Amino acid sequence: MSQAGQGTAPLAQQDERVKQISPLRKALIRPELGAIVGTVAVFAFFLVFASGSGMFNAQGVLNWSTVSAQFMIIAVGACMLMIAGEFDLSVGSMIGFAGMSIAILSVTLGWPVWSAILVTFALCIALGALNGYIVVRTGLPSFIVTLAFLFILRGFTIFFPQMIERKTIIGGIDTAAEGDWLAPLFGGKIGEPVFLWLADQGLIDVYTRGTQAGRPIVDGIPMLIVWALGLMLFAHVVLTRTRFGNWIFASGGDAQAARYVGVPVSRVKILMFMFTAFCATVFATCQVMEFGSAGADRGLLKEFEAIIAVVIGGALLTGGYGSVIGAALGALIFGVVQQGLFFAGVESSLFRVFLGVILLSAVILNTYVRRIITGER
Amino acid sequence: MNGFLRRVAVAAVAAGAVLAGSGAQAEGERYVLVSHAPDSDSWWNVIKNALALACDQMDVECEYRNPPTGDLADMARIIEQAAASQPNGIITTLADPDVLAGPIRAAVDSGIDVIIMNSGTPEKAREVGALMYVGQPEYDAGFAAGQRAKADGVQSFLCVNHYINSPSSTERCQGFADGLGVELGNQMIDSGQDPSEIQNRVMAYLNANPDTDAILTLGPTSADPTIMAVEQMGLAGEIYFGTFDLGDNIVQAIKDGVIKWGIDQQPFLQAYLPVIVLTNYHRYGVLPGNNINSGPGFVTADGLEMIEKYAGEYR
Repeated sequence: MSQAGQGTAPLAQQDERVKQISPLRKALIRPELGAIVGTVAVFAFFLVFASGSGMFNAQGVLNWSTVSAQFMIIAVGACMLMIAGEFDLSVGSMIGFAGMSIAILSVTLGWPVWSAILVTFALCIALGALNGYIVVRTGLPSFIVTLAFLFILRGFTIFFPQMIERKTIIGGIDTAAEGDWLAPLFGGKIGEPVFLWLADQGLIDVYTRGTQAGRPIVDGIPMLIVWALGLMLFAHVVLTRTRFGNWIFASGGDAQAARYVGVPVSRVKILMFMFTAFCATVFATCQVMEFGSAGADRGLLKEFEAIIAVVIGGALLTGGYGSVIGAALGALIFGVVQQGLFFAGVESSLFRVFLGVILLSAVILNTYVRRIITGER
Repeated sequence: MNGFLRRVAVAAVAAGAVLAGSGAQAEGERYVLVSHAPDSDSWWNVIKNALALACDQMDVECEYRNPPTGDLADMARIIEQAAASQPNGIITTLADPDVLAGPIRAAVDSGIDVIIMNSGTPEKAREVGALMYVGQPEYDAGFAAGQRAKADGVQSFLCVNHYINSPSSTERCQGFADGLGVELGNQMIDSGQDPSEIQNRVMAYLNANPDTDAILTLGPTSADPTIMAVEQMGLAGEIYFGTFDLGDNIVQAIKDGVIKWGIDQQPFLQAYLPVIVLTNYHRYGVLPGNNINSGPGFVTADGLEMIEKYAGEYR
């Protein structure tokens, strides 16, 4: 509301430029509303059809939460960038590239793992900046520029390990990362005492045999999930509570108008490309630290999965409109549907059909709900 | 407006009915087979058919799962998911032990019996706590093929690798090179999965390296376009051509004399035997005392009858 200068309180309330909107309606006009409805629908669906299949025991919940968190990490980056009016199709290749970079630096070249991680982050963020710089300077569609990087990065990801080690999967990162101070931030787990206690109370199953016998099957929350929630909160606050967030919306909504009012559009866009690269690198680092190896095929098609999650979450492909919370919920829907179809025992060759149908209905529902509420056509 | 909502509701109910139908839990044992193959790999169809046949014969419930793009990290999640659904047994591959050992180990420790099939080695299977390994040791198969080619006078070759991300594919090429007693060097190409790309890359390589004695392909995905390539270049029957695995076109090419031999790892047995072994183990407590080698068997122009009849279905 306007608190400026000479206006008294009653005058400010009746500012003729501001349309009166009821609080209820205001609460409903949110980009993420469709995603909220979708999330509820998807959970209801699987509670009915897959409740007895282990989908909602501790192990099952961890399974789809982890998959959703993976989507969420890249969806948050893709969402910010899409609101700023650009795409990044190189996210999937960036994931493979970042993982391979960590593997080559730490295992092949024998660097300490923390330095391999930091150098990789710097390298990938620089590549993100390069992506953004090319887009801003040439005025080419980001679709084309990042498509080029999709091939370039994937090519390097296959070429370097082939050239250096004659193979496309480099393992042994878990042994190299032992005792490292930075690695647990990506590959560790938190809340282990809580899960041990839950297992003692008989609330979580324990391993019945092997070296881990007696330990809970789920013994902590992976850092992957913590990163996903952290990134989501950070991006949400930046987008909705700061001036920079307004710049992002303005850059994507109408770049020329934004420039006229003094928004540094180029800087905003390049920063968003860098943020997307950062998110992809977080994804890659978590994956590499968890599995202990990097492969040239990691992250295939992840760029589309990120974009799908963002669109389910209510963002417009044309930019200027969207919500990080929505994108996160979109990632949750996507992850739950993908893993849930396995739990529900759907014939695996029909998996993609169901996925397509559910995604399409989510987006249609989303658009439809938004149109009812906002009255737009 | 209401019409739209009603249609959505009807669609949801219909989808639910299909789900409930295929997801019905029978009383018997339940086994999940998790493969590493992307959807595009047609070779795994034999595995699916053999799995269905074995499960039908033993009267158990089976599911086939795979990562759609062949991403092994996704495969690890599918194994975790399969374990969470508490089946009696999991049949899976060890395409990359680094990624898959953890989830497989966790499944074994939570009381699920695991058999490793296809990719992997007996040693690795033992390390992750699996009951046994059913498959063809890849390096050994490549090595045997290399020795065979050496006896036929081959000195250089081209290995068409359509699945460069998988270490076991590279082992096949490496084994073949070692069997021949030559360096692998640049003789292995990353062909990609697209038929016309594979064909053109093979033609480009053969044009650039006209001295190449032999071609080794790693399955129908790379063999079929390579057959086209050598036919177009007039090298069919001239160049020494061997392949891993079988398929309709490969069988025809062996018959025509374009392909000298095919290495049959008998995928049928890799899916069929684990189900039989697991079911009998769970019902009567009996377990064979060793791993089972499903291959390699060399298929040449002699005795193609059964293979021709069932190629792509059970062979």
